[in-house]
Amino acid sequence: MKLTTVLLTTALTSVTFAAHAADVTVLSWGGSYAKSQEEAYHKPFTAATGIKINSVDAGNPATPIKAQVEAGNVSIDVADVEFSDAVRLCDEGLLEEIDLSILPDAPDGTPPEEDFIEGALQDCAVANIVFSTVMSYNTETNATAPDSIDDFFNTTDFPGKRGLRKTAKANLEMALMADGVPASEVYSILETDEGVDRAFAKLDSIKDDIVWWEAGAQPPQLLADGEVVMSTAYNGRIFNAAVGEGQPLEIVWDGQILDFDLFVIPKGAPNKEDAMKFVAFATDTQRLADQASWIAYGPARKSSGPLVGLYSDGKTEMAPHMPTADANLSNALVNDFEFWVDKDAELNERFNAWLAS
Amino acid sequence: MALPKHASRLERIWHYTYLAICGAIFLFLMAPILIVMPLSFNAEPYFTFTDKMLSLDPEGYSTRWYDLLLTFGMLASDAPRDWSWWQDVWANSAWINAAKNSIVIGLFSTIISTTLGTIAALGLSRPEMPGRRLIMAILISPMIVPIIIVATGLFFFYSSISIQNWGIPYLGVILAHATLGIPFVIITVTATLVGFDRSLTRAAASMGADPITTFLRVQMPLILPGIISGALFAFVTSFDEVVVVLFVGGLDEQTIPRQMWNGIREQISPAILSVATILVLISVTLLATIELLRRRSERLRGIKQS
Amino acid sequence: MSDASLDAPLAGQSSALTTANGQPLKQALMHAQAHAKRRAFYLVAPLLAFIVITFIVPIGQMLHRSVYNPGFSLHTNVSTGVETPLMTNLKVWFKENPDGTEPDEAAFAALAKDLLVLREVKAAGQAGTRINYELSGSRSMFTKAARRAKRLEPPYKEAILDLDKDWSDPALWRVMRDATSPYTMNFYLAALDRTKDETGSVTKVPENRQVYVKLFQRTLFLSILITFLCFVLAYPVAHLLATLPLSKSNLLMILVLLPFWTSLLVRTTSWMVLLQGQGVVNDTLVGMGLLDDGNRLQMMYNQLGTVISMTHILLPFMILPLYSVMRPINPSYVRAARSLGATSWTAFRRIYFPQTLPGIGAGALLVFILSVGYYITPALVGGADGQLISNLIAFHMQQSLNWSLAAALAALLLGGILILYWLYDRLVGIDNLKLG
Repeated sequence: MKLTTVLLTTALTSVTFAAHAADVTVLSWGGSYAKSQEEAYHKPFTAATGIKINSVDAGNPATPIKAQVEAGNVSIDVADVEFSDAVRLCDEGLLEEIDLSILPDAPDGTPPEEDFIEGALQDCAVANIVFSTVMSYNTETNATAPDSIDDFFNTTDFPGKRGLRKTAKANLEMALMADGVPASEVYSILETDEGVDRAFAKLDSIKDDIVWWEAGAQPPQLLADGEVVMSTAYNGRIFNAAVGEGQPLEIVWDGQILDFDLFVIPKGAPNKEDAMKFVAFATDTQRLADQASWIAYGPARKSSGPLVGLYSDGKTEMAPHMPTADANLSNALVNDFEFWVDKDAELNERFNAWLAS
Repeated sequence: MALPKHASRLERIWHYTYLAICGAIFLFLMAPILIVMPLSFNAEPYFTFTDKMLSLDPEGYSTRWYDLLLTFGMLASDAPRDWSWWQDVWANSAWINAAKNSIVIGLFSTIISTTLGTIAALGLSRPEMPGRRLIMAILISPMIVPIIIVATGLFFFYSSISIQNWGIPYLGVILAHATLGIPFVIITVTATLVGFDRSLTRAAASMGADPITTFLRVQMPLILPGIISGALFAFVTSFDEVVVVLFVGGLDEQTIPRQMWNGIREQISPAILSVATILVLISVTLLATIELLRRRSERLRGIKQS
Repeated sequence: MSDASLDAPLAGQSSALTTANGQPLKQALMHAQAHAKRRAFYLVAPLLAFIVITFIVPIGQMLHRSVYNPGFSLHTNVSTGVETPLMTNLKVWFKENPDGTEPDEAAFAALAKDLLVLREVKAAGQAGTRINYELSGSRSMFTKAARRAKRLEPPYKEAILDLDKDWSDPALWRVMRDATSPYTMNFYLAALDRTKDETGSVTKVPENRQVYVKLFQRTLFLSILITFLCFVLAYPVAHLLATLPLSKSNLLMILVLLPFWTSLLVRTTSWMVLLQGQGVVNDTLVGMGLLDDGNRLQMMYNQLGTVISMTHILLPFMILPLYSVMRPINPSYVRAARSLGATSWTAFRRIYFPQTLPGIGAGALLVFILSVGYYITPALVGGADGQLISNLIAFHMQQSLNWSLAAALAALLLGGILILYWLYDRLVGIDNLKLG
């Protein structure tokens, strides 16, 4: 009996140890991206306010938000989501509106409305970075280096498995660009049923060679392990694997698709007040600039740009690795959030039917 | 199964082939479990035996992945390893916290399932129990129903009663794991009760013992091995369970399997293998305990080892 | 003791036997029996109540979703809990006009009014999603139209058709009519790759959308394959264990029980380490020169990975019941057959094998039941074509959030499993389930 008492007491003490009910739970994308946020946002926030951050990961944070809010069981305070998801969730009334007046001005006094780049401030969302979905490859497993998005779909000259994200978004656009559609016309063609058919037909041509990934940390791993020879990936992840860990990975900027990541607060978040504080803190000029020294994503504030310097290794210049660098923009596509707000559900439904058939 | 002396040549060949086949199957059973142990000491972040490892060069081996289990998630992992460093480990290390959660959840769910399960098994083993077969089928069903169905059902159920606002951490997961552990307790405890000589309880009753005394002094010591192995099964079930935790547990409720699940899906570093090795060692300990209990039970109940 | 045995000797006697306190014996016995029954039941009752509340009720509640989806009829505000009925005007129009009526101006006017409500309560996505489940590509029509609902002016038919000509699609109107009632069997149709056409009769969905039947078939096929492989591998091992002296077989038994007791995730991870492109198996084959470095075998992220790891994980569930049936088999039967001139093969086939059939049945059913509902292993090593039906249920639960379809698929799976479970109970008996 004595043993049971001891066990129970130990157990109860560890419950109080392990569960910090008042922590702000931030849901993000895991891996090196979550790490960059921890270094640039979470640790300074805890140091400044004493509020602890509990960092959790998901393949796509937008999905658990919808599930949690609709089931009435919300445990997320802040989530980092893509542009179209932020707008869509807001439209559906699943997000708290964010009062933009809580956002601090730039150091020179520029108000946030002017300091943030266009589209970065929404009713329910504040952007923190610009990222890009790019094609990347392993320099050691490819005999010849691919240099365009067409090569991704060319399994004759570039044999081997390809990694693609298990979703319709970005894949359909890339398929069309590889099929010869110029970036500027991609969305007008995707608006039509024939355009969607065409994109799926292009994907179908390499279906047997695709390894699907769901979490952003997977593609660098798949590439480094030799499970795939090329993969779509988030540019920052490839940068960190290549520059940070010395993996033989390269990015092909042709056909890159630019998008925002934004902070949102789900309706019914358990610690709404602290969540707001966190969003305001994390998106100030210095924090956004700091984040760019941990991963190659562009800050969403113009005033952060000049403050971005070297990578955390202390020698790599970040600017040329940013998706927004001029040299990388020659055939780039900006994600059309309106298109995906409307079409996300139905195109993914079709995508999954295609995947399973 | 010794070969008889009069076995023909063909029979001899077949006999040795048969032993070889059995050996291969045992290898198939054990290889995956054995292979992770040396690999968890790999100095490189790969899942294969490096040349240095194969030549047994000490440089090819390291305990860095075990170290990572402690440091991952810490606030200041590079600080000197003094008392405050260990405090940091205890408070912030992701795997340590997951282990704490797993143990707490496992312990409480085991207490619930073992208590309720043992009492119910006593009732079920009475010959006068009405509707025995149906009730037994219902109580065993959590083991049979696909876990994904259980998990989705519980997700909606606990959401609809807002269990997360009741103020008791992990309550949903604990109750769910208790449910999943119950079939194991029922099976093991009823199995020990099958051989139970009921005249013992009657003897106790005739000498004036009340039912509770009879249970504690006569039945309990005899069926205790069954209860403990049922409890161990229930604990292992909870300790190994990930799907219900994923659906029902809050995002901040990390357990070891959940941490492993995330790790495997994202980035399988050899750190996962070091966790795996530790878990295998735990199972070896549990298995040894069960075996000892079984022998004790057989001795107590007078079943001879043949 | 039955009542009849008491009645017989008492028949014809004027006064029945009584107990010490004067009660008729029969009545006292029945009383005592009822009391004992109640006592036994009271012991089981707490657990039964616990299981009903934490297991049966949640599953029942979930299955309710397979026939109930208020997406097109009711909106609940997540923060205030206020409920707003949706599509009320359209519902009236549907009631007044029989099935198949071509939507007129009144219908579109009703639609326009309802779109306004959708916009106000931010329910366009929800309503559109409900229709999109049955008519792919229609969600964006609702979100777009709701966004412009304020600007719509009569004649509404023209105005709405201007937004999207698909608004006149009879199939759309047919689906909307169905969806105004929250109760529907359509999710079961969808789970069987069926749908209703514009006349309301059940048809197959187009070939490129037939997913679920195929997946049920694949689950069935892979489960049978895994069960068979488990049987083939378990039989010799169980036989060896059963015929060795106990001291030796107890030692070897550890090799079976250790994997059984090892975490499922650990075993799956190990297989990933073994099977991946740069994994141990491929490396060994390349190292031995059996395989060219460029042609490493793809053993993971496909069906092969699922089959190998699941066979390994479920193998002990086959070995243990086989062993417990084989152990008590008396070897003298086989010896007798041999002495009567049977070859060892005949003796095995005619004498030994039939005696092990109960064990085969028990093990095979158990392995099959467990593998049909498997989730974790296929999710990790299955890739795209090694997924089972459970993975699809999880997908609709967590990713597509089509909870009603997930519930319908779960109900079908559960139904199949309960039939197998019932069969297991009839053939083997749940009491005979043994663990280690």
